Amino acid sequence: MDATGLKRLFWISGAVLFAVGLVGWYDRLAYGHLNANYGSVVTWGLWVAAYIYFIGLSAGSFLISSLVYVFNAKRFERIGRLAVFTAVVTLFLALLAIWADIGHMWRVWHVLVYANFKSPMAWMIWLYSLYFVLLVAELWFLLRRDLVAGSGLPGPKGAIYRFLSLGSRDESEASAARDRRVVRVLATIGVPVAIMFHGGVGALFGVVAARPHWHSGMFPIIFLLSALVSGGALLTVIAAIFQDGWRANRDTVLALGQMVLGLLLLDVLFQISELLVAFYGGIPGHLQGFRLAIGGPFWWVFWWWQLVLGTLIPLLLLILPTRKDPRWVSLAGLLIAAGFLGVRLNIVIPGLAAEEIRGISQAIASARMTTYYVPSATEWLVTLGVVGLGLLLFGFGELLLPKEHEEAGHVRA
Amino acid sequence: MDTDTKVAPAEPLSRRQLVERLFGMGASALAVALSAGGTLSNLAAPEPARAATPAAGIATKRRFRYGMVIDTRRCVGCRACVVACKAENKTPPGVSYTVVVEQALGNRTDDKPLFMTKPCFHCERPPCVDVCPVSATFKRERDGIVVIDYDRCIGCRYCITACPYGARFFDFGENYPTVEGGTAYAGVPSPEYGQFRQRAKGASPVGNVRKCTFCVHLQDAEGRYDKVAGRWPACAKTCTGHAIFFGDFNDPDSEVSRLIRERQTVRLKEELGTEPNVHYLL
Repeated sequence: MDATGLKRLFWISGAVLFAVGLVGWYDRLAYGHLNANYGSVVTWGLWVAAYIYFIGLSAGSFLISSLVYVFNAKRFERIGRLAVFTAVVTLFLALLAIWADIGHMWRVWHVLVYANFKSPMAWMIWLYSLYFVLLVAELWFLLRRDLVAGSGLPGPKGAIYRFLSLGSRDESEASAARDRRVVRVLATIGVPVAIMFHGGVGALFGVVAARPHWHSGMFPIIFLLSALVSGGALLTVIAAIFQDGWRANRDTVLALGQMVLGLLLLDVLFQISELLVAFYGGIPGHLQGFRLAIGGPFWWVFWWWQLVLGTLIPLLLLILPTRKDPRWVSLAGLLIAAGFLGVRLNIVIPGLAAEEIRGISQAIASARMTTYYVPSATEWLVTLGVVGLGLLLFGFGELLLPKEHEEAGHVRA
Repeated sequence: MDTDTKVAPAEPLSRRQLVERLFGMGASALAVALSAGGTLSNLAAPEPARAATPAAGIATKRRFRYGMVIDTRRCVGCRACVVACKAENKTPPGVSYTVVVEQALGNRTDDKPLFMTKPCFHCERPPCVDVCPVSATFKRERDGIVVIDYDRCIGCRYCITACPYGARFFDFGENYPTVEGGTAYAGVPSPEYGQFRQRAKGASPVGNVRKCTFCVHLQDAEGRYDKVAGRWPACAKTCTGHAIFFGDFNDPDSEVSRLIRERQTVRLKEELGTEPNVHYLL
C-alpha cells in the first residue's frame, strides 16, 4: 500500500473508532462503573492496561527525541519533532484512559492538592504533570519559527498558525538559535523527569507487596525498557506514514528499527530472567501470576499476541534482510507496538486475578468478587475511542504541523 | 536516675525502653542491671520478649488499639456476621465488610471445613494507607481504626491492590432489588462514620472504596464501645457461636488481650510485616 492509501486508512479508522468510543463514553458518564467488568478482586482492568500502555509510548518517544535534542544524534534528527509530538499525544491518551477508570472523575484535582508523597501514585502524578508542561513547552519552541513563518498563509491554516504562535513574530536566525537553546534545556530537564515518572509507573506496581506478580525490583527497570521498545516501535510506524512517509524517512526508519531490535532483545532478556527466577524458586504465590499469564484462560494473549505477533515475527523482520526495507521495518514496529498492549494486559490482570485469601471469591455471591475478568463492551468502546482520538490527533498533526526539512533553517510551511 | 529506677520495676518494659533507660543510668547502674538478670545477649535480641507479656508488648502510644480475636473452632459458618454487618452498614451488593471463607482442610480426621470470618484487620502497618495518592484512607490517631474519607477518595482502587487480605471493596453503585425498587428500606441512610448518607446515584460512597470500620459510628465521644449497651461491632455482637471477640489490646484486662496472652493465636501473612490487629485461634 502506498503512503496515500495508508493515510486514508488512518483517517477512516480514526473517525470510526472515535465515533464508536463516544458510545462508550456516554455509558461511562451516564452509568458510572456499573457496566465495567472489573470488580474488587481484579480491580484494575483494560483501562489501567491502556493507561500504562499509552504512557509507556509517551515516555519512550520522548526519550528517543532526547537523543536528538540532548545527545545530538544526527540520524534521528528528522523524527525529533515527530517524537515529541507523539509523546504529547500519547500522554494525553493515557490520561484520558485513566480518567475513565477512576471512581470520581471530577475529583482529579485532589491528586495535586492532597498529594500523599508516601504513595508512588502521587509521585507519578506530580512528575507527569511536570512532564506534560515540559513537553508542551518543548514542542512549542520546536515549532515556533515554522508557526511564525506559516502565519502569513491564507485561509484557516494561517489562522491556526497565527493562534498557535501565541503572538510570536520573530523569524530571525538569532531567535531560532535561542529556541534551540531553550529546547536543549527543556529536553535535558525532561530526561530525568521522564525516567523518574515512568520508573514511577513501574514502582507503582512494584511496591505492592500484596501482589507477588508485581513485587519485583525489576519492575521500574522493565517499564523503562519496554517504554523505549514500544515508543521506538511506534515511531517507526509514524515516521513511515507521517507527511513525506517512508520514502523520505527511509534511513531514519531503518536506524530506528535497529535500535528497537536491540532494545527488544534486552527486554526479552529481562522477561526471561524474571520467569526463570520465579519458576526456579517455585513459590506458589510468586508463580501464580506467571502461571495465569502463560496457562490461564487467556494463555493466547501471552503466546500469540505477545510472543508470536509482538516479539518473534518482528524480531525476524528486523534481523532478516527485510530490515533494509522501511516498509517491513515499520510493519515490525506496528506489530511490536500492538503486541505491547498484550504485555500491559498481562502485567495488570494476572497480578490481580488471584485470591488473596483462599475462598474469598466464593464467600459472597457477586460478579465483582471473581478472579475471572474480561473487559466489558463499555471498556472496549472507551478504549477504542481513545485509540481513535489518537489517530485523529495524528491526522491533524500530519495536516497542520510544519514539515521536516532536509536542511535545518530552511522554512517550507 | 532516681526516677528511672523507681519506674523501672513497676511495669514490664519494652526492649527499647530498657535500652534507653540503661543508657540513662550510666555504667555503674548498667552493671547492677546486668547482675540482676539481664545479659548482653538479651539486650541485643532482635525482638522484645513478647510472649511473656503480650498485652504490654503490643501496647501502642494511641489511646486504644482495637482489634479482634476470632476463634475458628467456634465458627459454624452461619454467616450471621455478614448479614449483621449488612444490616448495620447498609452495604450494597458486592460490598461486604466481613466475609466468611470456607476451606476444606486436608490434614484432619473429621470432615469439618475451616470457616473463617474475615473483617478488615486494621493493621498496625497498613499498606493500603501508604499507597493512597490523596491520603483519603488513614489510620486514626486515637484508636488505630483504618477509615476512608469518602469525600476525598477519588476511587482509583490502588488501596484494593495493596491490601493483602481482600478487605476493601469498590462501590460500583449496584443496589439490592429492595433499594432499587424504592421501598421504605431504600430511604434508610447508612450510619457509617456517623455521616448518615442517603444512597444516590453517583454520590459518595458510590465510586469509592469501602471497608470495615469496626462500626466506628457506635463509639461514644471518648472513643469507647459498650458491649452491654449494644454499641459493639455488629458482627461480634451477633455471632451465634461467640467466635468473634472484640476489644482494646491496649487494655491488658480486656478479653482480647487475655486471649492472646493465654492462647496461641496466629495472624495472616505475618511475613508481610503488616501487623494485623485481628488474631485467629485455630
